[in-house]
Amino acid sequence: MSKYLVLIFQDGAAKQSEGESMSAPYQEFQQRRGASLLGGAALQPPSTATSIRRDGAGGFAVTDGPFAESKETLGGYYLIEASDLDEALEIAKEVPAGIGVEVRPVRMVS
Amino acid sequence: MPQAASSEVAAAVADAHRREWAFVLAATVRVTGDIDTAEEAVQDAYASALSTWGPRGIPKNPGAWLTVTARRRALDMHRRAATAQRALPKLLDPEGFAGRDPEDISDDRLRLIFTCCHPALALDAQVALTLRLLCGLSTADVARAFLLPEATMAARITRAKKKIAAAHIPYRVPAASELRERLDGVLSVVYLVYTTGHTAPSGADLMRRDLAERGLELARMLRVLLPADRDVAGLLALVVLTDARREARLDEHRELVLMEHQDRSKWDRQAIEEGVALLREALQARPPGRFAVMAAIAAVHDESESWSGTDWQEILGLYDVLMETWPSPVIQLNRAIALGFAVGPAEGLAELDALGAEPQLARYPYLAAARADFLTRLGRPVEARVAFEEALILTDNETERRYLRTRLDELAG
Repeated sequence: MSKYLVLIFQDGAAKQSEGESMSAPYQEFQQRRGASLLGGAALQPPSTATSIRRDGAGGFAVTDGPFAESKETLGGYYLIEASDLDEALEIAKEVPAGIGVEVRPVRMVS
Repeated sequence: MPQAASSEVAAAVADAHRREWAFVLAATVRVTGDIDTAEEAVQDAYASALSTWGPRGIPKNPGAWLTVTARRRALDMHRRAATAQRALPKLLDPEGFAGRDPEDISDDRLRLIFTCCHPALALDAQVALTLRLLCGLSTADVARAFLLPEATMAARITRAKKKIAAAHIPYRVPAASELRERLDGVLSVVYLVYTTGHTAPSGADLMRRDLAERGLELARMLRVLLPADRDVAGLLALVVLTDARREARLDEHRELVLMEHQDRSKWDRQAIEEGVALLREALQARPPGRFAVMAAIAAVHDESESWSGTDWQEILGLYDVLMETWPSPVIQLNRAIALGFAVGPAEGLAELDALGAEPQLARYPYLAAARADFLTRLGRPVEARVAFEEALILTDNETERRYLRTRLDELAG
């Protein structure tokens, strides 16, 4: 089995449902695919992000906002387990994400 | 086995390379679980064929001999790697490998082509991997086919192989539920290999026959592996029916001859017969697939005795079918051309003009070339000249450029 991170992207302009319970489509997805889900979370909007860049001289530059500004913003993630990429993609297609998802294999460190 | 002369051996090995490469490699990947080790083992097996087939004679079944030798070599390499504690990137999980479905008897070449043409890989990487792994072309040959520096192609292939290993792109034929969609991807790659060879997008020659032949071979291989599949029959029909006209596309000075002026006696009758039989089979699918409809258009041309006798209404109807299910600006362009011949150049031109704003066609030379042709037929040489000049700017193929210049000269004269 391999692990994959499913990054959930949404439209940056979309309203965040603050404090609400998880939407029904997500609840359904998690129930259906529970056996493959190792973890996951929904994130606060990018306006709440803080980025830290190494300045190359041993120090840090701390800035307000996400690492890369873009129209699509990272809204959450799942860590999943699948036998291969095909199974991972099958699971990822079922994530009710606003814009879509990115599937990244997790590097196995021995 | 009797001894064989060295020239005989060289010819037998070259022949086995062409015929058996994909089979031997695919069978070896199953043992090694990773492509690089398998490639190395298969190359070693071919090298060892060159040195042992002379004294020991050429085996009756070269493919089987090469597979056994390559697999043995791969196992040796694996054993050495294991002792060296070197972690090899795996294409197959050892567990998945042991628990293989014993009922699954499909050819390994089919697994290999589905891995090479996986939609998670970029299209250019799918094409490069297919030529490298299924056709056994060297990286230098693949680079030459696409007129790219070898280092660029090597990087592209390496990157794709790394992704296959890191993301665990599986080495198997997709499940029935995804088979149609995934097979369409494979067929598109094979068709792209063929069309890139049939009319080279750039370079000195109109055709790159080596590449076109590889495309034809791949389509034939798929037909052997999936003999009952109508879409595969459709693709092979399309390639065979298009390829049937190859000898007539250049004149004795190697200049481009458009279909309108081609010597139809040079068309390959045997190929047309074969293509039409395949097409009949492909059209039994309900609804017929994209390649079958395109093949039907090629067949109307192939079976027509003259350009003026071409059944343009039939061709127009077939483009309508394509537009309904697989609309694309290129299909729309071809439909507009068919309309120009079915109804009249003015109607065709109007359709072409409507396509002018299409961003996908902004750098497509055949739109300008088709406009130029209809404008010439309509007796509007000034506008035709502008359109020919535009086509000339967008065309990178030297033979096509010479043709466009000839048409421009005719307008002047």
